[in-house]
Amino acid sequence: MRRRLADLGLGVAALLGVAATWELYKLLGPEQGWSVREVRVLPRTTDLAMPHVWEMLGRLPEPLTGAPGAVPLWVAVLQASGFSLAVALVSWVLGVVVGFCFAVGMQRFALVEAAVLPLVVLSQTVPLIALAPLVKGWGGRVEIGGFAWQGWMSVAVIASYLAFFPVAVGALRGLQSPDSIHRELMRAYGAGWWSTLVRLRLPASVPYVLPAIRLAGANAVVGTIVAEVSTGLPGGVGRMILEFANFASSDPAKPWAPLLGAVLLGLLVAGLVSLVGLPLGRYRRAEVTA
Amino acid sequence: MRINSGISLRAGLVGTLAAVALAGCASTTSDDDDGGAATADLTPVTLQLQWLTQAQFAGYYAALDQGYYEEEGLDVSILPSGGDVVPQDALANGEVDYAIAWVPKVLGSIEQGAQITDVAQVFERSATLQVSFADAGIDSVAELDGKKIGSWGYGNEWELFAGLNRAGVTDVEIIQQAFDMNAFLAGDIDAAQAMTYNEYAQLLESENPETGDLYQPEDFSVIDWNEEGTAMLQDAIWADATRLADDEEYAETTVKFLKASIRGWVFARDNPEETAEIVTAAGSTLGASHQLWMTNEVNKLIWPSTTGGIGMVDPAAWEATVEMSLETSNETGATIISTEPPSTAYSNTYIEQALAELVEDGVDVTGDGFEPLSVTLAAGGS
Repeated sequence: MRRRLADLGLGVAALLGVAATWELYKLLGPEQGWSVREVRVLPRTTDLAMPHVWEMLGRLPEPLTGAPGAVPLWVAVLQASGFSLAVALVSWVLGVVVGFCFAVGMQRFALVEAAVLPLVVLSQTVPLIALAPLVKGWGGRVEIGGFAWQGWMSVAVIASYLAFFPVAVGALRGLQSPDSIHRELMRAYGAGWWSTLVRLRLPASVPYVLPAIRLAGANAVVGTIVAEVSTGLPGGVGRMILEFANFASSDPAKPWAPLLGAVLLGLLVAGLVSLVGLPLGRYRRAEVTA
Repeated sequence: MRINSGISLRAGLVGTLAAVALAGCASTTSDDDDGGAATADLTPVTLQLQWLTQAQFAGYYAALDQGYYEEEGLDVSILPSGGDVVPQDALANGEVDYAIAWVPKVLGSIEQGAQITDVAQVFERSATLQVSFADAGIDSVAELDGKKIGSWGYGNEWELFAGLNRAGVTDVEIIQQAFDMNAFLAGDIDAAQAMTYNEYAQLLESENPETGDLYQPEDFSVIDWNEEGTAMLQDAIWADATRLADDEEYAETTVKFLKASIRGWVFARDNPEETAEIVTAAGSTLGASHQLWMTNEVNKLIWPSTTGGIGMVDPAAWEATVEMSLETSNETGATIISTEPPSTAYSNTYIEQALAELVEDGVDVTGDGFEPLSVTLAAGGS
């Protein structure tokens, strides 16, 4: 319990630190920023480019728009974050499942590993902006019985495309991690591939998989927000970032609100994913970074 | 809370997996959409916009809200687009039934093989401006020489280059402009691209640090491509050329869709305040004064119609846009198209029919007596 409190304190201190750094730079940094030739190295510190932290926070309780009945900005941001959270979690689950299936397949058949691993790596070089309209287009044609493809599903698929990669690579490494002495012991017991997988390889892969799914969580959040921007899906944080860009000159604190929502989203997903590791404590002897 | 999210998560996952598994077989049968819809009373129609929900598309939202589409027997879904959705590609790929896009951009797509037709030229005038501060002394295209010029690119830059080409200006630095006007206000851009209905309003909603009040129109100098003679045709309704030729039902639907859409635009002309509220209710977060400004400015692009009725393609204006698309080269020397577009690139057949029916119903489709509002923008557009 005491450790939890200390962690929480550290987290809050880190947030305050970020805010303090922001304000310190705004106070001391050059008004017009600093450029080396044409390349901007340091940003401007004007109120337009860097609103004060308290202005950003002060904007939150104010209404979203001047329209009567408009909800406060923070409510709108939280709603959007909740929407994106659901999509990000779906894409995370999808990515983890697909990634794990790839890893198991690659571990089982050397041929599959030789054939698929380069493709898995290659898949990450396809830019999201090329992929997004394609997935959206395919999805738009799916209609089976009462089931109609929804826009958020395209976003979830695009985000899972980013999320599956660390899991596929990390889990493969984890499944291959048992020493040959252990594998030979299993063989001496007459254990088949399945028992070896369940009793030896899966437990051994835990220290590799946990960091991988944490990366997948981060990828799922980034992928969701970018795909929302890309496909223009209404409802989430990504779309809100795009929409609020309209106000960057006239209401400078407003575009920062969805960014705060995105940060919150990232923290939440990271927290949820770390919960997965709790019941697996006995397997986490030597965790490695993916 | 936990339980709910768990269930929806699982349901979502199952749905997604099922969809992924079935995507392959479904995509081959998608052409049957129209046949399957015969059981319903309304014909499902999808319209792909070229940007987010905003009053730029007021007529379609008004038609939806006022039930005009339903009266024509159509069940219309309006799809806003995002950063990377190209409406004409979505249409050419058969993902949607109609799309809104600028003519020069689509001419490029048509040359690349897209089989689509401009069935209604909704915006008669161009809304693109190049805005600079009044004291920068940029009052004509020639004075852009040696300046840093902002442009969004992605096909939004051609009127600018047509103007520069025509004025013989070559020494310019083109700067990729973001969706906001901060780079212009900060001085990184001398002359920024702005739409009359959106970015120009953003400037007038921003505080002038020198006076503490909002910027005023006299603080800026504006180059209007309509006046420079390099305006190109903008928002048009595009339909699938192949289906227009082969599918009689689609051709009929097109006339109905145009008829209801035009009624929506007439509604937007006659009830701008209400229309702005309809668009906001449809999911736009723009402030009230900004939305009304946009509705009003878009009305000015349409009304009064000088082409014989809203949506009619003026052959002269079309020819001018095609000619500029052939001649204008951008900073890399590329042009939009290299040959004349096919004759299917535009057609007045459907809009003529729709207008004739509307005139019969007593609808004013030219708006000769149109008087724009005078909208006052509030800080932040609210």
